[in-house]
Amino acid sequence: MKREIGFTLNGEAVRLEVEDQWTLLYLLREVLEMTGTKEGCGYGECGACTVIIDGKAINSCLYPAMEAEGRAITTIEGLVSKDGELHPLQTAFINEGAVQCGFCTPGMIMSAKALLDANDKPTEEEIKDAVAGNLCRCTGYVKIIDAIKSAAGGR
Amino acid sequence: MNSLTTVGQKIPKRDAPPKAIGAAVYIQDMKVPGMLHGKILYSKHPHARILKLDTSRAEKLAGVRAVITAADMPSTFRIGVMKDNPPLKTGKVLSIRDEIAAVAATSPEIAEEALSLIEVEYEVLPGIFDPIEAMKEGAMLLHEETKSNVLKLPWKLVCGDVEAAKKEAVFIVEDTFSTPWVTHCCLGTSGCIAQFDTNNNLTMYSNTQIPSLAQNDYIEALNAFGLKNKRVRIVQCVIGGGFGSKLDTYSYEYIAIRLSLKTRKPVKIIFSREEEFFATSPRQCTITKISHGCDREGRLMFREIEMVLDNGAYTSWGATTPSVMMLPISSLYKVPNVKYTAKCVYTNNTYSQAMRGYGNPQATFAIESSLDQLAEIAGIDPYELRLKNANEPGEVTPQRFKITSCGMKECIEEVVKRLNWKGKHGRGAGRGVGMASLIHVGGGARVYKSDGCGTIIKMDDFGKVDVFTGASDIGQGSETIIAQIVAEVLGIPIDDVNVINNDTDICPWDVGVHASRTTFVAGNAALGAALKIKSQVLEAAAKLLEEDPAYLDIKNGIVFSTRNKEKSTPLGKALRKAHYTLGGKMLMAEYFYDPKNENFDKEFKGNLSVSYAYGTHGVEVEVDKETGQVKILDYVAAHDVGKAINPLLLEGQIYGGGLQGVGYALGEKMVYVNGELKNGNFLDYKIPTAKDVPPMQAVIVETDEKDGPFGAKGIGEPGLVPTAPAIANAIYDAVGVRIKDLPITPEKVLKALKGKEKIG
Repeated sequence: MKREIGFTLNGEAVRLEVEDQWTLLYLLREVLEMTGTKEGCGYGECGACTVIIDGKAINSCLYPAMEAEGRAITTIEGLVSKDGELHPLQTAFINEGAVQCGFCTPGMIMSAKALLDANDKPTEEEIKDAVAGNLCRCTGYVKIIDAIKSAAGGR
Repeated sequence: MNSLTTVGQKIPKRDAPPKAIGAAVYIQDMKVPGMLHGKILYSKHPHARILKLDTSRAEKLAGVRAVITAADMPSTFRIGVMKDNPPLKTGKVLSIRDEIAAVAATSPEIAEEALSLIEVEYEVLPGIFDPIEAMKEGAMLLHEETKSNVLKLPWKLVCGDVEAAKKEAVFIVEDTFSTPWVTHCCLGTSGCIAQFDTNNNLTMYSNTQIPSLAQNDYIEALNAFGLKNKRVRIVQCVIGGGFGSKLDTYSYEYIAIRLSLKTRKPVKIIFSREEEFFATSPRQCTITKISHGCDREGRLMFREIEMVLDNGAYTSWGATTPSVMMLPISSLYKVPNVKYTAKCVYTNNTYSQAMRGYGNPQATFAIESSLDQLAEIAGIDPYELRLKNANEPGEVTPQRFKITSCGMKECIEEVVKRLNWKGKHGRGAGRGVGMASLIHVGGGARVYKSDGCGTIIKMDDFGKVDVFTGASDIGQGSETIIAQIVAEVLGIPIDDVNVINNDTDICPWDVGVHASRTTFVAGNAALGAALKIKSQVLEAAAKLLEEDPAYLDIKNGIVFSTRNKEKSTPLGKALRKAHYTLGGKMLMAEYFYDPKNENFDKEFKGNLSVSYAYGTHGVEVEVDKETGQVKILDYVAAHDVGKAINPLLLEGQIYGGGLQGVGYALGEKMVYVNGELKNGNFLDYKIPTAKDVPPMQAVIVETDEKDGPFGAKGIGEPGLVPTAPAIANAIYDAVGVRIKDLPITPEKVLKALKGKEKIG
């Protein structure tokens, strides 16, 4: 069944029809063709599909698209400013060597952003907690944690 | 090379910005107009006869464009190292990943539904899931055309005289160690898009680690399909992790090709995470019987190893990992007498592939655990035993490896110093330290007839450079390393160097991203091409400046005379002068670098690599005697890398490898029960998370490797090789129990502690 919903996506109002069975990830990747958000598992275990919904980091692969109604959603595409300036977390991930194959990177950055938005001086343990649901097989997380620390420190 | 400007710098990865903003296009993100979606039906049983296969209902489903079975494949067409694997199976299935049929449809959902409409009737057969059982006389044969389940591969290495050394050795230890099936867990799953043009030339969008070899494989397949003399182009999307998983071509790729041929449409197959777990080829499990002996002073006299490897149902490169295992077995520390035999055995499990380290981690776990046992009975500190037997520059090992640069002793010393080994070792009481070292190929590895890589460079009118390399970037950073080398040689800013590395139509040949070879081999190829084009630049500038090219150099994009300050010109001006002249030229250069390493001879001897990489990991652990939990308190990973071209990326390889090693040591295991994978998801197969990161120090030990580009050696694989034995040794130091079967779970530690109490 289709239903029309409205929500804010990366700061802009969106209205569109969604199907019952669509996940938010499907809506983003397949319907809106915003492929920055990745699917690593499809069952909420790897975090590659993390987006921010009303300030919280959420696995979009498990989130029904219908539930987006009235909410504010930020994806990795929404972090770059209109004039092309990267978010400090993106810059920190690049400069600290936190990106290898990069498949986990967008989700990792979104989890980190949700953390820093709520807590601008996180401890190392709080950083680890915030990205514990985001799997990375390349980096050993060390430089990811460094990057988040660096972005927090630079604010 | 005394004033380097780009090489040696912590330069951020050039592909990081598109990845960090979500703009990088992985195979998952790739779409081709008119594209169909393919899905594969796998066997329900690990060993069964297919009695009936009916696809008629699937074919009738709206949106289905093709259904294929073994009848659509040439009956003799086989893939795999020993050509034992038909991409679609008929008659018998040998594992739960056996492909029986496949569908192409207008959406993945329709393709999935169509699979559920395919009717298969099986006669379930008893399977063999244990390699030891499979080796027994009279055991059922998996491949009926063979005489034995033991693969016909001659894995035997003999150096010196082990039997004689045994008689002379003062201290001897013998034990058995085992390792589990573990899998790569690339975050980006496997996938491809096959597309034919009107002349039946194939374009494959791919995330392969071996574009040039895959091209050959596909051409062979097209020949088998009756399409002779066709062109194959491979375009790599951004690759979401490799670790060896993409070193071969697999059934799904041939299925996509066949579906595309049948439908005349591009066909995309993307693995679900579930498929990625059960239908890709993991690191095999091994059982290793090892014996070590030394003299009274602790000098190693012999090492003897017998190994059984569960190969699984078909062959991929996993069957060849004993060749690389020979490297640590013969040459990790100085051991004059070595004997090694290995048997790879067919079973009804999945089938094995190489994974980061290519067998080295399995072998090193046994060697380095056993060495600690030897140190104990010889009454020598394990660190002193290692130092006493450490490899050295100039050594020729029993397998005829010529050791050039070697920082092994320095790595051991770094670990001892940074871990405060002398203050901590041997104290017990629940805390302990352990170490283990590694040797790996660091200067290519001649496993094929060529170990080469080609590079083409062209320059535009303004001094901007395009570098076309055969080397693939799987996230490790070869694109950045190659750009650094070219920028350094040409004296130009790195931003002026563009690297193209993902299209076989325009990039030269390369054997593949494996064997920690890319910095060394592709780096040398880039270096060679850059030097060639530099001499052309200097010649062009020489005319403009009226100076002998021997006295010209380039820095910051300016060509200048080293003896006359007056004479200098921006690079672009010299290039334009050369171009816009009657009979002018645009500058281009090519270079093919093939290292002067050797294929093994019939006895598996020869200098496999131009140089060898070393490292030592040291770990401090705390073991909870109540729960068996192991906590890593400190972790030092020291690596001899030659020259660090980019310390930022290099540390990333060490940390990343190290944590994969921690997963291998303490938690990861694919649980196969009667051929079925019981934990094929991230909930049940746990890879380390950010919460599992111990305090880690990556220590770069620089040695000057004369054959390396700017002195560099490989570092891709070494990071996880010595982790598991270092942790096992630390646990023994802490609580006096030795876990010989990976992973070292709390249950095993607890059981061992209880067993020790009973004896004690």
